[in-house]
Amino acid sequence: MKEDPGYYEYWPYENRPKIEWPNGAKVAFWVAPNIEFYELNPPDNPFRKPWPQPSPALPGYTSRDWGNRVGHVRQMELLEKYGIRGSISLSTALCDHHPEIIELCKERDWEFFSHGIYNTRYTYGMTEAQEREMIKDSIETIYKHTGQKCAGYLAPALSHSENTLDLFAEVGTELFGDEAGIYSCDLFHDDQPTPIHLRSGKKFASIPYSLEMNDTIAYLVQKTTPRRYGKELKDNFDRLYAEGAESGTIMCIPTHNYQVSNAHRIKAYEEALEYITGHSDVWVTTGKEIAQYFLDNYYDDTLADIKTKNKKYGNA
Amino acid sequence: MLNDDYLKYPERSYGMDHGRYEWSMLQDRKTVQWPNGKKIALWVNVGLQFFPLNQKGVPFKVPGGMTKPYPDLRHYSLRDYGNRVGIYRFLKAFDKYNITPTFAVNTRLAERIPYLMNMIKESGDEIMCHGYTMDDLHYGGQDIAEEKELIKRSLDGLRKLSGQDITGWISPAKNESENTPDILASNGIKYFCDWVNDDMPYDFNTKNGNLIAMPLPTELDDYFIINNNLHSAEDWADQVEDAFEFLLKESKSAGGRILALNIHPWVLGQPHRIQYLERVLEKLGSHADVWSTSVNSIANAWKNQQ
Repeated sequence: MKEDPGYYEYWPYENRPKIEWPNGAKVAFWVAPNIEFYELNPPDNPFRKPWPQPSPALPGYTSRDWGNRVGHVRQMELLEKYGIRGSISLSTALCDHHPEIIELCKERDWEFFSHGIYNTRYTYGMTEAQEREMIKDSIETIYKHTGQKCAGYLAPALSHSENTLDLFAEVGTELFGDEAGIYSCDLFHDDQPTPIHLRSGKKFASIPYSLEMNDTIAYLVQKTTPRRYGKELKDNFDRLYAEGAESGTIMCIPTHNYQVSNAHRIKAYEEALEYITGHSDVWVTTGKEIAQYFLDNYYDDTLADIKTKNKKYGNA
Repeated sequence: MLNDDYLKYPERSYGMDHGRYEWSMLQDRKTVQWPNGKKIALWVNVGLQFFPLNQKGVPFKVPGGMTKPYPDLRHYSLRDYGNRVGIYRFLKAFDKYNITPTFAVNTRLAERIPYLMNMIKESGDEIMCHGYTMDDLHYGGQDIAEEKELIKRSLDGLRKLSGQDITGWISPAKNESENTPDILASNGIKYFCDWVNDDMPYDFNTKNGNLIAMPLPTELDDYFIINNNLHSAEDWADQVEDAFEFLLKESKSAGGRILALNIHPWVLGQPHRIQYLERVLEKLGSHADVWSTSVNSIANAWKNQQ
């Protein structure tokens, strides 16, 4: 085990080279609906229990199933209303189980990125070969069902190994060259994109995805009220929008259809989306577009700036 | 190290990973109309529960149950408060605001408190079975003979004491074994409320004929919002009203919807909380688009349109 994952260096949030998003936008805004499949009878994993009760664990399973049966269409219609294309963090087995949902998202030109096979199959305990196979399966499944070359990764249930980001980038290259495997949503250390060190040396970025704005963290962990969550989304936006005048920032709302689409929660979410998209100078976009724009325009300068500063100050 | 079977997915194919119901999205189903052009069927579900002091906690401690070493007087007596005091505040509010409640009763409570049971019985409102006690859980791996006896004891007892057929069921903690639906169907249950995966009723397969799965969301449950999420009763009322407004809007194009409120007299029946239940009931009870009725009526209205 390592003291530090070694993916990035310290980089103070001041005096950074200015990022300018397309058309002078201050904030790149993206919404990442997690569209997940949880299994009723998942196999045991020695490091993490999928459900608190013996199978069938109805409380958790059925509420997530609600997200696919009822919640998905509600959120999709809402995003459409505000001109937002979702960037889907996808349990890729859902392509097999619920192809109707995949079709609806394809029709709307949404992005699909990999969130593993099932959200009840954890990376913990996998050998490198097993994790590579799982990641490869997920990228191939997305291509087969959507024609998209998977650009992003969020490990299933945020379960990682020391190799996760390397493997994702390498399998992406192996299958589709530089177009696939270019960004990760797994790290929460910044409000701007960060170049990530990989053993392959591939150009790869961490794109802020925000655990703090994640509806499941807000509702299940922080146990916030819907109206409070709506206000936090607006507050988060206000600050990133103001700071974005100095150098472009990123705001992400990671969502789950089984949380945010509930009848008692969707109004607060809609008010926040209306507020955010009602501002000028907001780039309403997808994870992949942000990552590609950063890699094409700012990756090299950013890396140089980090290197210069760390040479000067000797930071880790 | 994980066995390579961990990367095998035997259920990875179209539909669900089990055979209990068909996969379908709500938007793709036939719309449903409620009687008299009403848009929202209001199902006020009152849990009348008995949490025994000598809790077994097998295979887990029921949410809302005893948490301290025996005798956990604080939790026992505070739950009992609901059946002594809180319920009478509920009943007055239902009368005042023209609400038709449904009662989900632990059979052991009906055995212990005939006064309360008779009062509910005389109201003529529907009674569902909520299992034997809150501590008699149904769970994966449970011995099937034991569960059959438990379900039969719960239903026989409540049928006798209530004089009603008892066709509805909610398991304690909405938890089940792999056999629960099959056993319920062979014991005269027609609809049950343990699977919180939809906003409308749907057909649920069992070995002994279909059940109707009725949508009673945990997300709006007073215990869940107030005791689990630690929100105030006022926040509970705000969330119910936001849900109502959203469902009403959705019903204009998507057909009838259900607002199901699972409430407990030991939670919302407290003096400082009851006004928020009253606020919600006043708004809903007098609304022209609301059909306040029993779960049985909702299930039948849905069934007749399939």
